[in-house]
Formats: sequence, structure tokens, C-alpha cells
Amino acid sequence: MGFSQKIPIMIQTDLCIIGAGPVGLFAVFEAGLLKMRCHLIDALPQVGGQLSEIYPQKPIYDIPGYPEVKAQELVDNLMEQIKPFKPTFTLGERVDHLEKQEDGSYIVTTSDKTQVHAQVIVIAGGLGCFEPRKPVLDNLETFEGKGVTYMVKNPETFRDKNVVLAGGGDSALDWTIYLADVAKRVTLVHRNETFRGAPDSAAKVFDLASEGKIDLILSANLKEISGNGKLDSVTLTDKTKNEYKIETDYLIPLFGLSPKLGPIADWGLSIDKNAIEVDTRDYSTGVERIYAIGDINTYPGKLKLILCGFHEAAIMMHSAFKYVYPDQKLSFKYTTVNGVNAF
Amino acid sequence: MVKFTVEDQDGNRQEVEAPTDMGFSLMEILKASEYPILATCGGMALCATCHIEILEGPDELGEATDIELDQLENLPEYFPTSRLSCQIRVSDMLEGAVLKLRGEDVI
Repeated sequence: MGFSQKIPIMIQTDLCIIGAGPVGLFAVFEAGLLKMRCHLIDALPQVGGQLSEIYPQKPIYDIPGYPEVKAQELVDNLMEQIKPFKPTFTLGERVDHLEKQEDGSYIVTTSDKTQVHAQVIVIAGGLGCFEPRKPVLDNLETFEGKGVTYMVKNPETFRDKNVVLAGGGDSALDWTIYLADVAKRVTLVHRNETFRGAPDSAAKVFDLASEGKIDLILSANLKEISGNGKLDSVTLTDKTKNEYKIETDYLIPLFGLSPKLGPIADWGLSIDKNAIEVDTRDYSTGVERIYAIGDINTYPGKLKLILCGFHEAAIMMHSAFKYVYPDQKLSFKYTTVNGVNAF
Repeated sequence: MVKFTVEDQDGNRQEVEAPTDMGFSLMEILKASEYPILATCGGMALCATCHIEILEGPDELGEATDIELDQLENLPEYFPTSRLSCQIRVSDMLEGAVLKLRGEDVI
């Protein structure tokens, strides 16, 4: 994202797990018991998948051993549980390509050109990757990465720049407040007169506007963007159809996220109703060394439950072992007997 | 039972029949009828992927509740009679209504 050049790096690991939701995280634990290292990639900027993104404070009642657990608490506990196995993460990047190597291993390439070399691919992608909901604007795609961005990954990108944010939810409010101190000028455009985000944040935004520290344009919508190879202005319309043109370096539309299957659909896997068909003996896909676990897979009798995904992760790792340690025999051990041997 | 008309993302209309005595939400009926609705959050009014627009029906049917508006107002586009179908209980109010799917498809 942004204009910065990224130096390509190659991360070496045993298993590359695509998706850092609860099932992807627990898969690290099961892999770790078998001495397999994991690198996780997720399109969201934080771990936890939909639990953290959509309902962090909602209770879950069907995790064995927890009569009730808040979604974010479960994610935090999973992170604690997998700590001994030192997983590594690439967050805020979408996996775009899988390339099979001569020795059977894979190189995974993300949207930001991060590369991961792994013996086994585990797709724990849930409902797909969360992608930003985009406003309906002509030529929007041509300006993506050239002034239009949907996620603030590195606030420094916006230092001393003119930034227009659009949206009225918590992330629009939070980033407006944060960027007010970083950017040259922040303009927040919202379609209504009031905000439904956190009242404290909304109050702060109104304060910043009355102090003249930001421009707040209410009851207005994005109409047009323009520029020559790079964004230079955004045109708005208000409720009386008056148009305003604002010169800007960046436009950040923040209208929430929606899951898409995305590039997974192009990897030659057998897909039925947006889910990957797997063999229930080991949750392997039809492609050697690629497994699919959790909500992203389908098989007769499939239930989209976190606990089913946990089960699938355990079974799947015992099958993947042969690709990581082709010369070793796998012996089944209980953690109660052997403990958890950290890396 | 209640009968109403569903217009999909491509503009095709079809009549759908649903029981009013089973406690289903409209989202559940639409999913069961194999419409491409994600319902990511499962019915908690937290994701807006089951967004629909009421084209015809009683006024009350087109009035979103506060928790629906929390989601709808953050979408790039919503309409005066937009609702989240997970928050509509299947009842006689739906009889003869026409609704249009507005949520994103998964692909």
C-alpha cells in the first residue's frame, strides 16, 4: 500500500497458514506439538478473523470447557496457547499467488509481495478474506495505491499530506482523530449529520472541527475523484446537490469490510458453494500439500463451528507431518504425558 | 405460511413461501432458499451482508431499527427502506411484500 517500495523478502517455514482466525491459530498449536513451524498470513491487520473483526465482545457458548467466553478473549487465549511455538505473522496482506516448486514445496506471494516458502499450505480462510467495501465511484480502481487506500497501515505515510476520510463508523472517527496530528490537513466526509460510532470519538471529532483542526463535512457524499496518474482531488455533493472540490493527496474510504473468497478461487482447488471440498480423512484438498480447515472447507455433514475447525486442525497436522519430516515416523503423544515442548 | 417476492442482485424476481410459526428470520429463509447471502455474523446485526431493500410492503417493514442503522449507515450505499434481513422475523407483515437483495455476493 502507499507509495513506498517494498524490498522482497522470503520467509522460510514448514507450514504457511492462510488465515489467522481461531482455527488458523489453533493449527499452530497442533503443528507445534509435531515440531512443525508456522507462518500465518491474514488480510486483516490483526489476528482473530471474524471474532476480532466483527464480534469481539460477543459471547460464545459452544467452546468445550468454556461455559461462556467472549470472542476476543478466546483469540487472546489462543495467542497465549501458541506462544511456545513462536509463530510468525504477515498481517494486512492478502495471499495472491501459490506457486508449486520442483521439490513439491510452495512459494506464497501476498498482495504486498511478501513471499513465504513452505512445505505445506493450510488454508484456514474462514469466509474468505475481508476486503474493504468500496464506494461507487468512477475510476476508483485506477487510483488504488495512487492516493486511494482503504486501510491505514502506516500512519507515517500520511505525514504532512492532505487526507480526505469518508465514513461515519468507529474506524473513520478513530483515524480522523489520529491523523489530525499527523497529516497536513484532515477532512472527514460523512453522509449524515450525526455519527453512530463511539460517542466519545464523535465528540472528539466535533471538538477538533470546532477548533479548526480538521474539516468536517456532514450530509455529503463522495461524487468523483480525479487526478493525473495520481489522485489530486475529490468532489463531494451535499444534500442540496451543491458540489465541492477538495484538493487532496489521499482518499481513505472507510465503509467496513466484507468477506470475499478472492484469489483462493483461482488455485485449482475443487470449490462448491464458495467452500473448498476436502477429504475428511485428513482435510486435504485435491492438490497435494494443500489442506483446508475451518469454515472455508466443505464435506458431507460439515458444520461451520469453531470446535469442528479445531478438530480438523489436529487431524490435518498428522497428515501434513510426512511432507515436513519425510524420513521420520510420527508417534502420537499426549500433552498430559509429554507436556508442551516449546521451540 | 406467508408469501413474498425476492428480487436477486441480477433483477430476477421469484416468489418465496415461508412459515410464520417457526421463529425464523428472513435471513434464514433467504439462505435456505439458496440466495447468495453471506450472513457472516450469523444474525447478530453486525456485518450487514444480509442487507435488503424493501421495495413494496407495509411502511413498518421498511423501518430499520437502531442496531440495523448502526451497520447500514456505514455502508457505501443504503436506501430509505434498507433493512438487515436477519432482524426481520418472518410474520404476516411480509405477505405480498417485494424485497431486493442488496448484500454483496461472496465472489
